[in-house]
Amino acid sequence: MTWFKKEKKKITAQKRALPGDVWAKCEDCGEIVYREKLAENFNVCLKCGHHFRIDPDGYAELLLDRSLEEEYDSDLMSVDPLRFVGPTAYAERYERALRKVGRKEAVLTGRGRVDGLEVEFGVMDFRFIGGSMGSVVGEKIARAAERALKSERPLIMVSASGGARMMEGVLSLMQMAKTSSALGRLHRSRVPYFSILTNPTTGGVTASFAMLGDVIIAEPGALIGFAGPRVIEQTIGQELPDGFQRAEFLLEHGMVDMVVPRPELKPTVSKLLRHMVDGQSG
Amino acid sequence: MASHQEFERSIGEVVERIGHLKELANARGLDVDDELKRLEARLDELRAETFKSLTPMERVLIARHPQRPHSLDVIERIFDDFVELHGDRAFRDDPAVVCGWGRLAGRSIMVIAQQKGRNTKENLKRNFAMMHPEGYRKALRLMRLAEKFRRPIITIIDTPAAYPGLGAEERGQAEAIARNLLEMSLIETPIIAAVLGEGGSGGALGLSVADRIVMFEYAIYSVISPEGCASILWRENSEEARQKAASALRLTAPDLFELGVIDEILAEPQGGAHENWDLTASLLAEALQRHLDDLLARPVEELLARRYEKYRKMGAWAGD
Ligand SMILES: [Zn+2]
Repeated sequence: MTWFKKEKKKITAQKRALPGDVWAKCEDCGEIVYREKLAENFNVCLKCGHHFRIDPDGYAELLLDRSLEEEYDSDLMSVDPLRFVGPTAYAERYERALRKVGRKEAVLTGRGRVDGLEVEFGVMDFRFIGGSMGSVVGEKIARAAERALKSERPLIMVSASGGARMMEGVLSLMQMAKTSSALGRLHRSRVPYFSILTNPTTGGVTASFAMLGDVIIAEPGALIGFAGPRVIEQTIGQELPDGFQRAEFLLEHGMVDMVVPRPELKPTVSKLLRHMVDGQSG
Repeated sequence: MASHQEFERSIGEVVERIGHLKELANARGLDVDDELKRLEARLDELRAETFKSLTPMERVLIARHPQRPHSLDVIERIFDDFVELHGDRAFRDDPAVVCGWGRLAGRSIMVIAQQKGRNTKENLKRNFAMMHPEGYRKALRLMRLAEKFRRPIITIIDTPAAYPGLGAEERGQAEAIARNLLEMSLIETPIIAAVLGEGGSGGALGLSVADRIVMFEYAIYSVISPEGCASILWRENSEEARQKAASALRLTAPDLFELGVIDEILAEPQGGAHENWDLTASLLAEALQRHLDDLLARPVEELLARRYEKYRKMGAWAGD
């Protein structure tokens, strides 16, 4: 893996993605792995290839030459538009997520470079209320698409989400229409849009911008679907087959272009971009 | 005769008494006019009272009322020369959505309508109006046809949800809905969405990116059903949790108007759309004609720009 050696800087950064003990247990094969070794392997289990979850910084560093060179709209915050009354107040859940993640929302957007080529970049944070899409997530993604259109920089979105943010009610649903409309304009241009699906990507995010990529790439083993597995099981009254709604299942059914392991993600995106962008050669 | 839900029980009792009285009068030739007048006044009063103070969950029950008019009941009342067209040209025809040409006040229109069944047999066929991916793809195919012939599109929304099943996932339910959202934002002909009953989440949204959204007074439109929300957030399926969820979600027509999602609320006949299908249909026809007159007078570039802005503005945030 020659590419891996060039990217030493990223590896140290990825250690942040899995803080805590020196050892980690693979949730797939049960193997106990040394965290440092795991980080060196892009947080992919050395024994079974299971992709451990990494945070938005991890993806920015994995995919971009020098991480995000500029972040946009980092001050946008939710405002509890319904004054949602639930067992836990929305404001309280939001505060908790804010403290836990240290960011104001479930998506990070900005500008960076992939092997020198400038791109607009967005990555979701599953730790922030399950990566759910409310007004702010929708707005930031729509703006990213509009920036890509204006600057003619390719757009890359990395998704991880449980779906719409229930506590923003129908306004969260409308973010699906908002992001898809913004991508509609991008589709009419010749600016490429890459959608990268990580574990899990479900609900309103899958049913909008995540499935609208010119190229759709899934991480191995990622759960990707419209309805959650439990809802489907309840509806049909039977257990789901092994591998149902996993990345490989989607590839087999023609729903994604490729399943790409993390170490090969950047070189793959880079190669594809150069096929699709004017005036670049590879 | 309309059947009545729990909260309408006193209404149902009076309706029944009026029925008996009329039968009696017919059979025995009695003069019951005074008593009838009294009962009918009482009925008006009861309806006004009951419908003045409906809880959000009661509105959900009206939107799902077994006697509420469904899409085809409305279509047959307001469109002439309706001709249904079938299939997505790839997999199969999805009977949960009815698509075809109809004529309203002399104008040919592509009608795309989610169709619930009235009984078990019909619901088996219609899948309770829960569409599969091929349904969304059929709808898109026929919206493209309308665009080609410069005809406006009217969608009628009435679905609990997009179907969550094995085949739906295998064939790309998420992609089908996402594709419709994107394509509908670009279609070069006017689109009006009318929420007739249940606007169930992505299943409804996949047919309702439009220039105008009109919604019946007791219809609902929500990101999740009150039942689903109760079981996820309250972790229970009690009546109380459902009531709370229905209130918290802000899913009624007045809520949606206030949130800037819909453009117009269509008043329903007294006692709800289920009490008078003809009047319900004519109220919708009037609104559709009015919006069509307006939309068809605008250049298509303006339509698309406004459609874009409409969705672009939705939502609320701070920190700009
Ligand atoms: Zn493993």
